[in-house]
Amino acid sequence: MKKQLLAFLMLVAPAVGLASSGEVHLDKANIDPTNQESLQLGAKTFVNYCLGCHSAKFQRYNRLARDIGLSEDDVMQNLMFTGEKIGDHMDTAMTRGDAKNWFGAPPPDLTLVARVRGVDWLYTYLRSFYRDDSRPFGVNNVVFPNVGMPNVLWALQGEQVPVYKTETDDDGHEHKVLEGVELEEAGVQTPPDFDRTVRDLVNFLAYMGEPIKQQRKALGLKVLLFLLVFFVVAYLLKKEYWKDVH
Amino acid sequence: MGMLVSLRDWIDARFPLTSMWEEHLSKYYAPKNFNFWYFFGSLALLVLVIQIITGIFLTMNYKPDASQAFASVEYIMRDVEWGWLIRYMHSTGASAFFIVVYLHMFRGMLYGSYKGPRELIWLFGMMIYLALMAEAFFGYLLPWGQMSFWGAQVIVSLFGAIPGIGDSLSLWIRGDYVISDVTLNRFFALHVIAVPLVLLVLVVMHILALHEVGSNNPDGVEIKKNKDENGIPKDGIPFHPYYTVKDIVGVVVFLMFFSFVLFFVPEGGGYFLEAPNFEPADPLKTPAHIAPVWYFTPYYAMLRAITFDIGPLSSKFLGVIVMGAAVVILFFLPWLDRSLVKSIRYRGPVFKTMLALFVLAFAVLGYLGTQAPTDTKTMLAQVGTAVYFAFFLLMPIYTKIDPTKPVPDRVTMGGGH
Repeated sequence: MKKQLLAFLMLVAPAVGLASSGEVHLDKANIDPTNQESLQLGAKTFVNYCLGCHSAKFQRYNRLARDIGLSEDDVMQNLMFTGEKIGDHMDTAMTRGDAKNWFGAPPPDLTLVARVRGVDWLYTYLRSFYRDDSRPFGVNNVVFPNVGMPNVLWALQGEQVPVYKTETDDDGHEHKVLEGVELEEAGVQTPPDFDRTVRDLVNFLAYMGEPIKQQRKALGLKVLLFLLVFFVVAYLLKKEYWKDVH
Repeated sequence: MGMLVSLRDWIDARFPLTSMWEEHLSKYYAPKNFNFWYFFGSLALLVLVIQIITGIFLTMNYKPDASQAFASVEYIMRDVEWGWLIRYMHSTGASAFFIVVYLHMFRGMLYGSYKGPRELIWLFGMMIYLALMAEAFFGYLLPWGQMSFWGAQVIVSLFGAIPGIGDSLSLWIRGDYVISDVTLNRFFALHVIAVPLVLLVLVVMHILALHEVGSNNPDGVEIKKNKDENGIPKDGIPFHPYYTVKDIVGVVVFLMFFSFVLFFVPEGGGYFLEAPNFEPADPLKTPAHIAPVWYFTPYYAMLRAITFDIGPLSSKFLGVIVMGAAVVILFFLPWLDRSLVKSIRYRGPVFKTMLALFVLAFAVLGYLGTQAPTDTKTMLAQVGTAVYFAFFLLMPIYTKIDPTKPVPDRVTMGGGH
């Protein structure tokens, strides 16, 4: 196990980044929006781990079924638990009042979170929780210091602890700054498996941010091809009319 | 055919259809030497049409209500058939409008199109530019995202810097103490009715004034000075069909760029649709960094460049004055330019240098306006602001002393050398 931890640390630690330098380095999410299996796994993780507190109130279940290659039956059997209808938006069962009491602020809606934060940020954020007993939920986050969210993927990831280094500032004072995190206690998944789980989840979040994205690009290609042909015709027409202008 | 002719005659007896067609298209003689830069006028008209048509369809599903606006935009993006296409056309069109208009204005500066007898065309154009800025500003609030809200909050509060009436003025504009549902409703009214009407009237006047005096050209030669025995300018060709078929080529090329953005990068790298605007407006949560959309950033940089008070005048008020002056000074261009020639082709090195510096300053200011200020960046913005104003304020001097080349009697095809 130790070896595995070390390997993970070598793999992730330089990338997980330094909160001290202001700009946190973000890992590349490298999602594949055309991979429907990845989107389906992401949807499953989202429904099981996120939807309990966060809503996705602009995303309809039936649209999701159509777009990520599931039947409406699949979605109803596997992704819907609280008696919603297939055309409903993906709302959370938690009321806003409860959410405010429990977390201080209601967890934000996640439909568009990938467009606000970017996929790399999400991918890094979800993998950057570490133990911090001074926080209400016992965890802090490298890319989102003092975040109000618990590490909900803890059981999968395991528990990470912070690694500090000492830096001397211009006045000669020494400061402890966060250098990275390391895995102390393994979770259900191995680190590479966990990365894949988060990647699939981020892929799904990116899909929800703009469900039309793939069709938009496909249509764009046709439009550009049409314009190319149109350009040739328009150019020849212009040349024909202008041949007597000198 | 006979029936169509008699229909035309029937209309002509009651409405100047044929004479208007001839005056503005088939017998409007435009110089034959228009180059690349002359596409942007007709393209601006195209974008205006795109914005009006997509705007009409957007209003069919958009809800100007602070509690529903954001969700209604997502409804358009997800549930309305082709709603995403209409919305992206409109949001891309907003940026395209400014790109096209900035290039159109730059063309005027290159070839002295604002100089007599075309001063009114320039003034109408500048009023269009002002109206366009107002239109963009009001429209940007409507999606009711974080940047919509905080951008509007920052800009409206600028009016608060005016001594004496400032606070009441910004209160009057907002209709509330903060940007709220009241503000959203009135901005909606201004965006979909008031400003578009003004824009349309101004565009008609811009074109009427143009067709009264005739188009300038890259040589800055007045083609009406050389007419043939029929009274037709020797260097003129009828707008239709020559420039209609030419402009179609320009339109297709423009649409390629437009479609590329629309279908592949509709956020325009975060400049056309800013990432924080995908988060609903929250009056209690100020974004870390508030930046206006790119087409306003040169002026925003000038506003922030003023960091010092002068006597009783606060830096904020002075910044607002500088920002306003930066737009207003453009109106005076026809009277600041004392050069005897119009086109840059026959101007001397001083004007060419100043114009290049002006373009550079405008671009640098535009970049700085998107960035969080630092000491170096503020200093750079101050230099940029100084260059921007020097271009105009020193113009009466440098355009007078700048040596010019002799202007030919007739237009030249392709380069003028």
